[in-house]
Amino acid sequence: MTAVISGRAWVFGDNVNTDVMAPGLYFKSPMSAMAKHCMEAVNPDFASQVQPGDIVVGGKNFGIGSAREQAAMALQYLGVGAVLAPSFGRIFYRNTLNFGIPALRLPADMIIEAGDQLHVEPETGRIRNESRGTACAAPALPPHLLQMVTAGGLMPYLKARLAKENRDGR
Amino acid sequence: MAQTLTQKILAKASRQAAVAVGDIVTCRVDLCLLLDSGGPRRIWPRLKELGTGVWDPDRIVLCTDHFTPAVDAESAAILKLTRDFAAEFGIERFYDMQGIGHVLLAEQGWLEPGMFAVGGDSHSSMGGAFGCLMMGFGAIEMTGVAVTGEIWIQVPDTLRINWSGEFGAGVAAKDIMLFLCREVGTDNAFRVLEFGGDTVAGMSMAERGVLCNMAAELGAETGVVPADDATLAALRLAGRSPAADALNWQTDAGADCLAVHEFDAASLAPQVAAPHSPANSGPVVEHAGTPIDQAYIGACVGAKLEDLQMVAAILKGRRVANGTRLLVAPASQRAYREAAADGTLAAISEAGAYLLPTGCGACAALGAGILAEDEVCISSTNRNFQGRMGANSAQVYLGSPYTVAASAVTGRITDPRELLA
Repeated sequence: MTAVISGRAWVFGDNVNTDVMAPGLYFKSPMSAMAKHCMEAVNPDFASQVQPGDIVVGGKNFGIGSAREQAAMALQYLGVGAVLAPSFGRIFYRNTLNFGIPALRLPADMIIEAGDQLHVEPETGRIRNESRGTACAAPALPPHLLQMVTAGGLMPYLKARLAKENRDGR
Repeated sequence: MAQTLTQKILAKASRQAAVAVGDIVTCRVDLCLLLDSGGPRRIWPRLKELGTGVWDPDRIVLCTDHFTPAVDAESAAILKLTRDFAAEFGIERFYDMQGIGHVLLAEQGWLEPGMFAVGGDSHSSMGGAFGCLMMGFGAIEMTGVAVTGEIWIQVPDTLRINWSGEFGAGVAAKDIMLFLCREVGTDNAFRVLEFGGDTVAGMSMAERGVLCNMAAELGAETGVVPADDATLAALRLAGRSPAADALNWQTDAGADCLAVHEFDAASLAPQVAAPHSPANSGPVVEHAGTPIDQAYIGACVGAKLEDLQMVAAILKGRRVANGTRLLVAPASQRAYREAAADGTLAAISEAGAYLLPTGCGACAALGAGILAEDEVCISSTNRNFQGRMGANSAQVYLGSPYTVAASAVTGRITDPRELLA
């Protein structure tokens, strides 16, 4: 993870659920096929046009719904650099961080429109909207989550933990 | 200092004397539920990548339910992999094609008051019916649990939700939850719903399961019904011996809750949630008369024995309307057997319903009964997100088993009280 993530904003509404991000109809397909349908029901252009580093900006309760990790994996597969929303569905929030994508709580008064050029600093929570010349500070991630996201997610974190336990002779 | 039930369970799980709301704690997991969906097929390749196995096979319960029975090469391969995983790691509590995991945990009595349990599926919250804290997580996080037996939790607030009074005819626990999705909303991360009041005290374990199951729809960390004599009786019936201190797992008087909501069950009408959110709910009269193509009875929340009995109570001596299909997928093999034994299945079948295998089925568009473009369905399941049961343009309404069955009889969304009168 880089210190500053820069990309265009893709803006979604309130209560976008994980079924929309990873439709059950494609559950048996590989991620390369499933990701094409990510957000299809609410923005059919998203999956084909999102660029690596682009930033997903959700409304309230972003990612409500099922535990399906494919929702976060689809965003990871599409190269999404960060996810910002005023509040998150609880499992999606954790899944996103577990796949190494910073998820930050967006202050309610920060205006971001589709296509705005954003710069996000996960370590400090600082968010800058270059297109509007505005900035804000999201609550920083708790240290244990920042450490995991910086490591690239839960798998790299687990690898490091197991390696340390082996070194320590456990 | 007075503590909530949630705080007490998380303090025990994190081996601390007490925890405060907002604390981030590492908890040891007492029980881990893995399903074929987010279980072995997603966890095993990661265990191989990490070069390790599971921390404790005796704390794992594994069930096949999302892809049962196999209908194509992919689902057959997923089920085979799940069986191979159980054999490889010596998981004795493996239930293959016995029903939906959340319902099996209750039937088998594997949950106890005061436990900290996790499951690889959002409706794992259903376990809270047994006075324990059971939370759902994604498969990536369940990989962490499988390896370490631990998971981090930010100690949540408690929303106390009390119901008093008796249900009217044709009203069920499902109606409570559809009502709460609207009244309390679905943005409740970092909150636990603790259910109480005399209505809840009088509920069966199956109804309590409905309350906790749909805590997921409210976006809560989980739902819990503190243990009472009914909890212990259910555990004994399943052949378990609850601990002597099982009833001590209660919220202290004066413990700090974020809010206390009081509702009246006697005045609750049957509820229906319109597309595409469980929170888009209202009294059934708001949607009465809407023509339906399909009525679906299924899922962990809506096809247990009691749910099937509600359906039979409506269907007995009636027929499913011409041009409408009623599909019924019992939640477990035990529910299937018991419904067959007591005449429930006969009443359902004689009415012209189409019986499906047990499992998660069409609820998440994985099994039989998915919807075509523009079709309208009323369903006893827990979610009606766009595209969840099939085509993006399909319209799914949610209701209780009573309301779904009554709608199947008339071919239109119908207040079940009209048929029970």
